[in-house]
Amino acid sequence: MKWIPLWMHQLSSPPTFYRFASVLRPWCIALALILTAVGLYGGLVTAPADYQQGDAFRIIYIHVPSAEMSLFIYGVMAVAGFIAVVWRLKLAESVAMQSAPIGAAFTFITLVTGSIWGYPTWGTWWTWDARLTSELVLLFLYLGVIGLYHAFEDRRQGARAAAFLVLVGVINLPIVHYSVQWWHTLHQGTTVRLFGPSKMEADMLWPLLVMMLASKFYWAASLCGRVRTDLLSLESGKQWVRALAEREGR
Amino acid sequence: MEAFLHMGGYAAYVWPAYAVFFVVLLIDFFAPNLRRRRVLRELHARMQRQKAREARKAAQRSPSDDSGPTMTPLDS
Repeated sequence: MKWIPLWMHQLSSPPTFYRFASVLRPWCIALALILTAVGLYGGLVTAPADYQQGDAFRIIYIHVPSAEMSLFIYGVMAVAGFIAVVWRLKLAESVAMQSAPIGAAFTFITLVTGSIWGYPTWGTWWTWDARLTSELVLLFLYLGVIGLYHAFEDRRQGARAAAFLVLVGVINLPIVHYSVQWWHTLHQGTTVRLFGPSKMEADMLWPLLVMMLASKFYWAASLCGRVRTDLLSLESGKQWVRALAEREGR
Repeated sequence: MEAFLHMGGYAAYVWPAYAVFFVVLLIDFFAPNLRRRRVLRELHARMQRQKAREARKAAQRSPSDDSGPTMTPLDS
């Protein structure tokens, strides 16, 4: 594998990644907190109420970033899972398995906030339409990955088995994303678009974009925290972990 | 402020949604921190026990006895 740059190779070594994650994490936490404060101020205070939904639309500032993260994290988990299955890299196994609880948390938030938003706007908490059902399947996929991982005595073997399930489940991602176009659904279509103009006023749009960025930093911080803990217990016999336990374990 | 909390009549929906968001993420954030402390503390305790065991063995082997072979203690 000569095409892998040296820094990438070094970063994939657990002690190096542990230090890297420990340095990166506080910055990500700080940025996530600042951006969340700015985004929530914009979303809850300065943005005008929607002409149809009134103030109920403000749930968008947590619902849409969470929904986007639920798909984004699955994508990251699939890439790490692919690397874990093919090259059996310990760090990739850890990243894939530690992504699952974060993804499950965001998917759960998406479903619950969507349900709470649905009641005043659609008149129902839940309906079995394409978008809602496929997002629920996404939650079950995350829970299945977590369950399969923990079902194995050998954790590395469990990680690779669960990574395989992750790869099979990738088929659900386009279904979630395009469900609002492919089927008639109660759920509204895409409001924010990467390419082309978004269908939203600037006053309402910028807090949403800020919140989407904040959730990325939150995810990075959470993943760093989970992976570094996981590496500690995976490598507990190694010298670098013993030295760390000597300093911080008392 | 009152109007802000009232959320145009949608307070019963907006605030619980935000509460779910923050509570779930707080749990997600602090769970691995607790796990990290536990892992380090367990490892530290295991290392302490190992050190104590080695110290005991070294004390046994020290040449204070010249009365021939003795019984090995059961707790080793």
